Amino acid sequence: MADPTPLAQRAGELANDAGALAHRLDALQQQLTLAAHPTVVHGATPFVFELTVFVLAIFVGYYVVWRVTPALHSPLMSVTNAVSSVIIVGALIAAGPFGISFARLMGFVAVLLAAVNIFGGFIVTQRMLEMFQRKK
Amino acid sequence: MNETLAALLYLVASVCFIMALRGLSSPQTARGGNLYGIAGMVIAILTTLFTGLVVSYWLIVIGIVIGGAIGTYIALKIQMTALPQLVAAFHSLVGLSAVCVATAAFSAPEAYGIGVPGAIHQASLIEMAIGLTIGAVTFTGSVVAFSKLQGLVSGRPLVFPLQHWLNLVLALALVGLIVGFVSTESGALFAALTLLALAFGFLLIVPIGGADMPVVISMLNSYSGWAAAGIGFTLSNTLLIITGALVGSSGAILSYIMCKGMNRSIINVIAGGFGGEAAADPGRGGAAGDRLVKSGSAEDAAFILKNAGSVIIVPGYGMAVAQAQHALREMADFLKKDGVKVSYAIHPVAGRMPGHMNVLLAEANVPYDEVFELEEINRDFASTDVAFVIGANDVTNPAAKNDPSSPIYGMPILDVERAKTVLFVKRSMASGYAGVENELFFRDNTMMLFGDAKKMCEEIVKALE
Repeated sequence: MADPTPLAQRAGELANDAGALAHRLDALQQQLTLAAHPTVVHGATPFVFELTVFVLAIFVGYYVVWRVTPALHSPLMSVTNAVSSVIIVGALIAAGPFGISFARLMGFVAVLLAAVNIFGGFIVTQRMLEMFQRKK
Repeated sequence: MNETLAALLYLVASVCFIMALRGLSSPQTARGGNLYGIAGMVIAILTTLFTGLVVSYWLIVIGIVIGGAIGTYIALKIQMTALPQLVAAFHSLVGLSAVCVATAAFSAPEAYGIGVPGAIHQASLIEMAIGLTIGAVTFTGSVVAFSKLQGLVSGRPLVFPLQHWLNLVLALALVGLIVGFVSTESGALFAALTLLALAFGFLLIVPIGGADMPVVISMLNSYSGWAAAGIGFTLSNTLLIITGALVGSSGAILSYIMCKGMNRSIINVIAGGFGGEAAADPGRGGAAGDRLVKSGSAEDAAFILKNAGSVIIVPGYGMAVAQAQHALREMADFLKKDGVKVSYAIHPVAGRMPGHMNVLLAEANVPYDEVFELEEINRDFASTDVAFVIGANDVTNPAAKNDPSSPIYGMPILDVERAKTVLFVKRSMASGYAGVENELFFRDNTMMLFGDAKKMCEEIVKALE
């Protein structure tokens, strides 16, 4: 593992880049929906933008996670677990409409499971982190 | 709420999640990082609820209240020694919810704006199939890992003839089903794909033994991230894509670190079967009977420890099993009062998940600045009076350095044999997980302390008083 300082810098830069890119993505999505300016389209499909965001986020993750101290690898695991339950976002949309449907039932189950994970994951992480203290 | 605002709020949530991981670079900033994570999650959920796509709230509220109550209860009750199985169980939930969301998206695609039933966009179908597959594999894989860690099934690797061929055929069949599903959009193929992926996840983890669980948990952690990202692609949701990528790379890095800690390739770990034969052969542990070992009592150990200038404690999974961390810390407190310098050395793969030992020691109020990683402390053993090994074995075995024929050859180890005296707390002479006998037990400067780790520490404390 290389010297952490340049890694830290790079992680910072990459985070900024990812942020900037997501901004641009929003702007572009807006323009695409307006579709009043055909010059914007230029063959770049939404998938390419999503892939760009995905790849940059992997790099951000890579540099940020290498900086995590090994002593905190267990909390890292539980917090990433809690965070990946953001999949609840997809579940909420499925559970959101009126009426009874199979999709809504699936959405409800997913909301429930993800909620177990979100509450459980963050609370157990907090419990763990509170135990780490300095010499008195 | 318009789409631009929603997208911007999702961006804020993504940044919060990055900050949550960043906070973990040191114990001082970690708690703040966790708060960022919680904030990000709240922003993400509220944003989704007010996008206009959600119109009926009661079902959602019920789900969150019930799920939240269950999660809170478990998180507050769980013992720190049971952390690995808890994390495995949580991974399975992420996998299962990914499966549910993919199913919902397949049966009601119009809700997500990805087409209508029977005519879902091609790209969304591909992404859906991949998200579904990874989610299902994560689910059953994590259930198996959980059962092994919880002791519901034996931690021994389950191997059978043609296992790898079967997995290969299944993997190819999965690819075939994905292709078939994407080109026909058939509900039957969707169901077949789900079932096959569930079976594949099960078969993938079954041959992997208990002590390889740190790698397995990290790998499933990674999978749960990729599953979330796959769903993110399906729904064209950048927040899910970013979060999935962060979690996926995090788990991949942890798997890499764990593999390096054992000097094994990820392929070798996934192929499984490691440590199986030794565990199945009880004669192996008895083989030590004809060689002489020096064993001592708690009083002997207390005497040696009290007269030492410096002690390095090497904890392993055995300490976790015996719940010995509190008694161990009490022992260390007595030694520190007598002016002995006490530090702790942690091997990267000690325990059943990455960082497992650090959490247990922290739980017992061991200050984290007395706890060191392998690279930080390994040189200090040569100038240390006593190495106190409690519940660890393979990670101290010098065979990893000087016996090319040993299965653990090349694995980085803690150089406890350099210390003037080595005290080994162990229940019996049985060999460790790798099934290799530890040369260290028979050395002149080693003293074996046979017994339960917790009882032994308590007895040493009594003798020190």
